[in-house]
Amino acid sequence: MTNTTEKSHSISLKVANKPGVLVRIALVFSRRGYNIDSLVVSPTLDSRFSRMNIVARGNPKILGQIIIQLEKLVDIVHAKDRTDMSVVEKELALIKVKCSTEERTEVLQLCDHFKAITVDMGENYITLQITGNSDKIDAMRSLLEKFEIIEYIRTGKVIMLRGEDQT
Amino acid sequence: MKENILNGAETILECLKREGVETLFGYPGGSAIPLFDALYDSNIKVVLSRHEQGATHMADGYARQTGKVGVVLVTSGPGATNTITGIYTAMMDSVPLVVLTAQTITSNLGKDAFQECDTSGMTFTTVKHSYLVKDPNDLPRIMKEAFHIAQTGRPGPVLIDLPKDVLAGPCTAPFTDEMDLPGYKVPTYAKESDIDEAAKIIQNSKKPLLLVGHGAMISGASRQVKELAEKINAPVTSTLLGLGTFPANHPLSLGMLGMHGTVFANKAIVEADLIFSIGSRFDDRITGKVEEFGQNAKIIHIDIDAAEKNKILKPDVFLHGDVKLVLEQLLPKVSSLKTEAWNKTIDTWKKRFPLSYPRQGGLRMQHVIRTLSEITQGKAILTVDVGQHQMWTAQFFDANYPRQLHNSGGAGTMGFGFPSSIGAAIGNTTGWPVFSIVGDGGFQMTMSELSTAAIHKLPIKILVLDNKYLGMVRQWQDMFYDKRYSSVDLEGNPNFVKLAEAYGIPGLRARRNADVAKVLQKAIDYNDGPILVHFECEKEDNVFPMIPAGASITSIITETPKVKLEKPTGST
Repeated sequence: MTNTTEKSHSISLKVANKPGVLVRIALVFSRRGYNIDSLVVSPTLDSRFSRMNIVARGNPKILGQIIIQLEKLVDIVHAKDRTDMSVVEKELALIKVKCSTEERTEVLQLCDHFKAITVDMGENYITLQITGNSDKIDAMRSLLEKFEIIEYIRTGKVIMLRGEDQT
Repeated sequence: MKENILNGAETILECLKREGVETLFGYPGGSAIPLFDALYDSNIKVVLSRHEQGATHMADGYARQTGKVGVVLVTSGPGATNTITGIYTAMMDSVPLVVLTAQTITSNLGKDAFQECDTSGMTFTTVKHSYLVKDPNDLPRIMKEAFHIAQTGRPGPVLIDLPKDVLAGPCTAPFTDEMDLPGYKVPTYAKESDIDEAAKIIQNSKKPLLLVGHGAMISGASRQVKELAEKINAPVTSTLLGLGTFPANHPLSLGMLGMHGTVFANKAIVEADLIFSIGSRFDDRITGKVEEFGQNAKIIHIDIDAAEKNKILKPDVFLHGDVKLVLEQLLPKVSSLKTEAWNKTIDTWKKRFPLSYPRQGGLRMQHVIRTLSEITQGKAILTVDVGQHQMWTAQFFDANYPRQLHNSGGAGTMGFGFPSSIGAAIGNTTGWPVFSIVGDGGFQMTMSELSTAAIHKLPIKILVLDNKYLGMVRQWQDMFYDKRYSSVDLEGNPNFVKLAEAYGIPGLRARRNADVAKVLQKAIDYNDGPILVHFECEKEDNVFPMIPAGASITSIITETPKVKLEKPTGST
């Protein structure tokens, strides 16, 4: 079991854009009973490759071992732990909140504060889109909990190295 | 022009020819028919096994013997699943295989068609790499890549899943040497700065010990290991799979270390101030309790696989590269060490704690192996099954040459010993006899390959060391579980001599230590195909020395303890 108090690690991978790559990667985690908290996959400018960002928690020594075992896979070009590195890190979340017309102003104020935008709205609900780092999204979500959150979905982290170099 | 277009199956055979493949091991079935049809006109020899697991171990034995890639060809569904134990065995011991599994037609994939199974999905964790081919035009590149991946870097099995329509469809793509493997790098030399650091540690050592593993053998570094050992005057111990890389009859040799290794090798590990692992991966059979392993020593670790770095323990220097090349980098940077006192201490241990076995009582497996070593003067190829007989072979057969002793080490696959001898015999160019050393348990798992050995008249001497028990499990139950012998009694074993005769293979029998030399000589002199010798051995004999699993090396046991022992904490 992954201990939830353990630190999150952001791992970025460059991989060959071939079928089965994702399974091979997932199996390196599951072999040790490790869970992947979030995952983002997208093709790079060169369509032969994809970039993946994986967030996982666990013993840093074991995660380090997992990362070099990922690098060993034939289809992986590189796998790097980007935790504590100088990177741009963003996530996006959609949050659907139940709110009456009276509560709407308060929700919209919150929304404004976090630079979130309204993407859908009805008589009794409002759907917000927020982008930013994980802490910001966590903070907004926790403030919205005084209203009833109907649904909540969040992308994984997208990561890019700061500076001129490729991630 | 049209008739010159090859179909997928013919393309594969042409690729195999270009890779220098002369023999493949396999078993046909519905989806594989196009390949077997193409083989009908081919010069490639097919060894038809009696079970796909057998075919995979044969290819494995062939690869271990020759250093070349072993090729397996089977059908879809159960044909493919039956190879998994063999593929896993090869993966655990870094053996290069290319496994061709036929598959249902592409349009049937995922539809539970007859003999369809998700072969690549089932094998992801036990192959070095794998392919599911969707277009016959990809075949030339994929075949090239598969052979390259299987035999370079840390070798391993590569699986290629081949839908029947891909085998039957036309391939118009040219044969190619080009590969598309942007993520695959083959390590060669280690970093010069790491070499310098390692050399410095070596020069400061007074009690060095070389630990030689399979990586050294695979790399073909026997000469370099010997040169290093002699140059710095350091004793050498080997893992099970490393045996033979450094000659057992060399004065600096300590034989095997670890759970059933020699007392002097294990004492040396505890006392050494430098443990230099050369292509070994600190398996739990070697380290015992990791926290207490090499506490007094600096550790240098050469490995071609970067993922072995810090996996089990953190070395002072990790030399990432091919053993042979790395040793060639290192050799000019080290010079003779003053190790006379250290070697003298080890010599006294050798005299005080030699390997031995009781001479009284019934026929001893140890005696069979020791006699075999003496009669053949070590000029023999041995493929060994798994269990007590395996450990006694490691202890009492003097392996002086690389690629003469073949074991399923990492996987410990019972049933490996006999079929692998078929592959080894086919690949054997030494002119030495091939012995398949098997217990009564493991032999019965794959003995259907007797017909394969017989039909090809392979000169294999099958030595069945029969104690009518699953001896190693019985030993644990004896030592740690109050002699509660549970499901280890192999009551009902066949008459192995008659069994061999049923396959047209002559059988001999020995019941006394005094008969061993004579019956072995008879088997060696027989030259008309395989022969089986049934040794009816002492039923309750235990392998010593022994370090209980998970215990510290210093807890080594050299004879049957008088008191009940704690259950081991380590794995199996």
